[in-house]
Amino acid sequence: MLSYKFDWAIVTSGKYFDWIVSGFYVTIKLSAVSIALSFMLGLIIAIMRMSHFRPVRWFAHGYLEFFRNTPLLVQIFFWYFGSYKVLPAVANDWLVKQDFEFAAAVIALTIYTSAFIAEDIRSGVRSIPKEQMEAARSSGFSYLRSMQFIILPQAVRLTIPPLINQFLNLMKNSSLAMTIGVAELMYQARQVESYTFKGFEAFSAATLVYVAISFTITGLMTLYDKKVLQPLKGR
Amino acid sequence: MIRFEGVHKWFDKLHVLNNINLHVRSGEVVVVCGPSGSGKSTLIRTINDLEPINEGKLLVDGKDLSDKKTDINKMRAEIGFVFQQFNLYPHLTVLRNITLATMKIRNLSRKDAEEQAMTLLKRVGLPEKRDAYPSQLSGGQQQRVAIARGLAMKPKIMLFDEPTSALDPEMIGEVLQVMKDLALSGMTMIVVSHEMGFAREVSHRIIFMDFGTILEEAPPEEFFKNPQHDRAKQFLKQILSPMH
Repeated sequence: MLSYKFDWAIVTSGKYFDWIVSGFYVTIKLSAVSIALSFMLGLIIAIMRMSHFRPVRWFAHGYLEFFRNTPLLVQIFFWYFGSYKVLPAVANDWLVKQDFEFAAAVIALTIYTSAFIAEDIRSGVRSIPKEQMEAARSSGFSYLRSMQFIILPQAVRLTIPPLINQFLNLMKNSSLAMTIGVAELMYQARQVESYTFKGFEAFSAATLVYVAISFTITGLMTLYDKKVLQPLKGR
Repeated sequence: MIRFEGVHKWFDKLHVLNNINLHVRSGEVVVVCGPSGSGKSTLIRTINDLEPINEGKLLVDGKDLSDKKTDINKMRAEIGFVFQQFNLYPHLTVLRNITLATMKIRNLSRKDAEEQAMTLLKRVGLPEKRDAYPSQLSGGQQQRVAIARGLAMKPKIMLFDEPTSALDPEMIGEVLQVMKDLALSGMTMIVVSHEMGFAREVSHRIIFMDFGTILEEAPPEEFFKNPQHDRAKQFLKQILSPMH
């Protein structure tokens, strides 16, 4: 006999429902900010990785290897517990007044994910025929402007499928932010469980919300690919 | 306009350009021919520094390409380059392919750039394709757009690297016609091509290359009637009647 009494009402209405909803908002905000920043940083690192200037290339390579090969949790703890120790007191006073947990989570997620995104973009760039760069350069575009207007717009299109993966990973990884007290979805589900002992319901609700967000990201990216990108692809 | 003085270039050990001396005047149309691997593509690719030279001097419009002070991007904007494989930008429409550089490099307004692009599209006979993507065009149409893209920068020189070699036979004529009109308008052109009809009718001078050297340099009548060099004779025989 199953003695556990399901009580789905606690996660579909009332106070605990509100907690889940507020967790949902924080997860969305954390993910959206980190996705946007990690994409931009990933682009920059990818360009540096392909630079003709050796020190820049090496720096980007080091960056990639370092952040790809350390656990995200370590990075989150480093930014949250470690980074402020080396800052001057004035900066610390200022930081305390900010939402430092949120900022540390954004920094860690952004840097970690950007390393993966940079590699995806780089392989996208490498699959663009070198003649495209030649055509751009022969029109008088500098290397960087050729990248900006001709190579990257094509490469990013090819990179959409792996980017979806990175964005989904980032969104799921954002649950680790609960460990430094960011009140995101996982944190709130945990809270509901602590207050009600209804762990099955609380974590089921969180699971469903994560799945819903994932499907939305995939759906949006696929739609973008279909409506905007496919019509442009060559024969 | 373009002056090669003792130019050499190596790809590793391969001596692709061997002591090139050549002077192309403003308004002149020069056709470069020769067997594959003779260095003719490399020759015109050095003119806009897609292939830097290793030795000698190359002056384009009075500027030394090897001089560090020469702004190579500025230089290239003055030289149109048409590739064998067209190399249009597949993610942009025909119109954007033409206006991209004029808007970003020449700083034309969108309106002016588009007006100019439409004038050029009419000139190459493709105004109705303005909103098409390159993949929706035939090879001949893509090449005509590529020529329009080059002309949009109002270049002083147009370089053509085997512009019809990748085309189906029935599309070659339309591209050559555009090039012929351009030649008649007084454009300085260097054309790497095996289109001997074009060379005979349009060019002022034919350059024959083999093994990285210019073996023969003559006006078309002279070149076709009385080629001096054995290899040029053989080449002409093969290209004019390939079955024999």
